[in-house]
Amino acid sequence: MREPPLIRPLADGRRVHLHDGPIDLILEAWGPPAAVRAAYRAAAVRMNGLLDELCLELAILRAPVGDLSPVPAGPVARRMHQAVQPYAADCFITPMAAVAGAVAEAVLAAMVHSAPLDRAYVNNGGDIALHLAPGESFTSGIVDRPDQPSLIGTARVEARDAVRGIATSGRHGRSFSLGIADAVTILAAGAADADAAATIVANAVDLPDHPDIVRVPADSLDPDSDLGSRLVTRDVPLLPAAERDRALHGGLRRAAGLISAGRIVAASLHLQGVTRTIGLFGQIDQETEPVRRMHHA
Amino acid sequence: MPDTTPVTDGDKIRCDACPVMCFIKPGATGACDRYMNDAGDLVRIDPHVILDRAVDRGEPVVQFLERAEDWDGDPVKAGGRFVTAIGAGTTYPDYKPAPFIVSSQIDGVDMVTVVTEGIFSYCGVKVKIDTDRHLGSERAPVRAKGEMIGHVTTGEYGSQMLSLGGVNHLTGGGKKQGRATCDAILDLCNGKPVELTVDDGATVLVQAGKPPVVNGVLEERMRVGCGSATIGMFAQQWFGKVDEVVVIDDHITGVLSEHQAGKVLGVKETGIRMTGRRSTPGRYFEVAHPGTGWGGTAILDPLSILGAFDPKIAWAGLRMLMISTTGEQHAYYELDGALKPVARDLPAALAESVERVKENCEPALSTVLFMGGAGGSLRAGVTENPVRLTRSVKDALTYVTCGGAPVYVWPGGGITFMVDVTRVPSNAFGYVPTPALVAPIEFTMRLEDYAALGGHMDHLRPLDQVLAGEGGRKLPQLDGNPWPLAPSDSKRSHG
Repeated sequence: MREPPLIRPLADGRRVHLHDGPIDLILEAWGPPAAVRAAYRAAAVRMNGLLDELCLELAILRAPVGDLSPVPAGPVARRMHQAVQPYAADCFITPMAAVAGAVAEAVLAAMVHSAPLDRAYVNNGGDIALHLAPGESFTSGIVDRPDQPSLIGTARVEARDAVRGIATSGRHGRSFSLGIADAVTILAAGAADADAAATIVANAVDLPDHPDIVRVPADSLDPDSDLGSRLVTRDVPLLPAAERDRALHGGLRRAAGLISAGRIVAASLHLQGVTRTIGLFGQIDQETEPVRRMHHA
Repeated sequence: MPDTTPVTDGDKIRCDACPVMCFIKPGATGACDRYMNDAGDLVRIDPHVILDRAVDRGEPVVQFLERAEDWDGDPVKAGGRFVTAIGAGTTYPDYKPAPFIVSSQIDGVDMVTVVTEGIFSYCGVKVKIDTDRHLGSERAPVRAKGEMIGHVTTGEYGSQMLSLGGVNHLTGGGKKQGRATCDAILDLCNGKPVELTVDDGATVLVQAGKPPVVNGVLEERMRVGCGSATIGMFAQQWFGKVDEVVVIDDHITGVLSEHQAGKVLGVKETGIRMTGRRSTPGRYFEVAHPGTGWGGTAILDPLSILGAFDPKIAWAGLRMLMISTTGEQHAYYELDGALKPVARDLPAALAESVERVKENCEPALSTVLFMGGAGGSLRAGVTENPVRLTRSVKDALTYVTCGGAPVYVWPGGGITFMVDVTRVPSNAFGYVPTPALVAPIEFTMRLEDYAALGGHMDHLRPLDQVLAGEGGRKLPQLDGNPWPLAPSDSKRSHG
């Protein structure tokens, strides 16, 4: 039975949870009360049918993007396609790499369009679209292990920064990773751009021929995975410092390339308790306590 | 009620909870992390169904995106939850208090809901099948898997009626019959398709809320009216475009040139001669045997109900439309020099009127009402004084629901009720090997009324405690159902 999509205001009386199938959005807006209500309502109206619209083109969205691949028609699907397009020439990527960010952007756009807001965000499972009126700012907490959330630092985004999207990708989240990063957080112009880049950089944090890293075909875990039979990371042994740094270095090089190409603004890479950042970022501890280096059971 | 039987591929299940339609492997969850393949069953880890109207005392409201347009965007608003009997279990024979006796507050009034699943030995379903096709004679036995489980009963306007189940088939006709009866009515109540055959009649696939399939043919439309009524409704649109129209119907076949509606417009006599028994001018009974051909008759060739045209009145070139009451069958003829009808293509001007007949037909559906008597010991689970519960229901102090859905309580003795199974949450019905059906039933009343009828006051549990303790499954109240704790708030689309 098709489960009805829900609007569920949270207990704090400020934030709203929109849920449909695999999409869970947390929204919050600041501004005059009437504007905030109008924005929440607009978000709910935009969200209604959005998943159905995406699912109509699911086959295209799960297929790798290349010169000859079809361009989807729906606005959110097109944004996903556009966000991953720059990576299509030199690696495997599907529009699904930007789905969370693109959905967050679409819902945020509906909110901002409906009413004058000081600030607003739409958080789609860690992929966040931001709105900042002039002079406003956001401080976001950074988590290195989404499965064991604790803040290891913060990222402060000002209205004057060219950042309206924050996304995190890694091997502990809902989707699979080809790399071994615990998490990669990206700041970019839009949430869809950040989402796609986070996937790319997390995949680049890797030790391709390491014998003790456990990898299994994605479709053995999820028959519908857009990654097909590509090997995804299931377990990473505790790495010696040199290997860990080599893996991080691969990711940093990829991130540096994206920054100089103007595709992202900053990146923060996390692997086994070590964090490396590049580009504009707030204060982040360079190394957290050793207990974080525990082997993932 | 939708069919919740999952589609499978090997040991994987296709989840239909959202349009992503994940294929889920055994032991794994779908993309949402909410639905799981539990050894071949699609589950949303929970047993007990709690209806969400909102959420009481400061907890946030749940609304539905589908109605986002109606939401004012306010993130805080009070509301309520209602515990249904689905999954509550039963205490048969019911001398113990019912599994849940839940207290809550609504608009400042203390309310009690007694929640139980009743075992209904006396129960069955009434099935209304929107079709004119002849399914079988009145009183003909209806069978499932070869066993008699009920009979054809009095037909209604545009619909054939079946009465299925009941104590005589469940427990009075032997083990095999009892099991076939129980399976069939359970599936019908849970919204699954069931194939029924009528002795000397049709085979019909019935599913609550879905179009019937009669002898393998999907019935899409209800007739617009009887043949005579159809003449009356469309005479004006046919006048001048055609000389004669015959509307074929098993009940009354209409003939435009003879019908009062044709006369009023000044339609000329055509010399048509009909088989069948003339009732009044232009209205014929029994033009053919009932069947599954044109308009609920056995007719496959419409010309078979015509005699020769009267040569003194008819003329070569006379134009005639023959059509069934749903517009699904139609044929156009012109008379040749020997006054024999010759089939021709339907002229564009008439095609429009054929479409109009179709357009005015309602979609044909099968609808299923569960009917059962909550008598005997079930009431003892509610009160130490069972007859007082019956009186309280009759006095409208106690509101009865079935899985939160409104019911019609039959007047007279006992608590015999009917409920539209599509208004009950999915898979709410079960069975016991007796065989008998298990159906949810809830009795809601004011706390003081519950005390007065001798309720099990020492077994009352506050709503919060039930919500916190049972790990229930939350569902939205189905669209159009009134809220059980404040039934008069909603439009009453029920009895």
